[in-house]
Amino acid sequence: MLSISILEESPHHILKVKGEIDASNSVQLDESIRDLEEKGAKSILVDGSELEYISSAGLGVFMSYLEEFQDKGIHLKIFSLSPKVFEVFRILGLDQLISIVSTKEEALQES
Amino acid sequence: MEHKIQIACRTTALSELRNFLNQTLLPSKLDENELNQVTLAVEEVCANLIIHSHQCNEKDQILLAVRQESDRLTFEITDKGKAFNLLDYEVPDLKKVISEKRKGGLGIILVKKIMDEIEFESHRGMNTCRLIKLFRS
Repeated sequence: MLSISILEESPHHILKVKGEIDASNSVQLDESIRDLEEKGAKSILVDGSELEYISSAGLGVFMSYLEEFQDKGIHLKIFSLSPKVFEVFRILGLDQLISIVSTKEEALQES
Repeated sequence: MEHKIQIACRTTALSELRNFLNQTLLPSKLDENELNQVTLAVEEVCANLIIHSHQCNEKDQILLAVRQESDRLTFEITDKGKAFNLLDYEVPDLKKVISEKRKGGLGIILVKKIMDEIEFESHRGMNTCRLIKLFRS
């Protein structure tokens, strides 16, 4: 089960992912990020505090936006990941490519 | 002790697979982090089979057997049909994955990094992928 909600805290958009992201539902994440981009979002902060699991299907979604967002000057950050979920990003070296911070405060400050 | 589950080739069966693994592996020597990782590796192999070898045909089935021994966990994933040998698949460079916007390939990197041994055999249309995780003593 995955549920995604979006909260606007100008100038940021907080995208909260709750549950598990796998190959059956990663398209939901993709569509949510695409929607925000199309609406002109310049700072997308992903709240991972209630993300219990992520497989390569979900990781691939984040990765597919990296270059495009860099070119367009859109900030993407992930915060409050649990240690076990963060470890999956780390195994792949994605923690070096995507900005991942511990708390929402840090995510807001750095943007 | 061996535990088995059979799942249909649809991506929604992956959560069923995770529940099975969580229950089966709970009494093992794995900590929460390791449990998450071996679950992920097994799921990645099954997701590949479901999507690429079976094109999400729900009539097809995948069988997973989990065996716990004193020094290791063995996951045996069996399916019928076009063989997908993980070992033949070159691990893609992460930068290439990003620049080509390919969404595949990441799963294979994860499986190879998480598991200690990977074996594959194909015999009379039955394919078996064996993933082995050794317990750290």
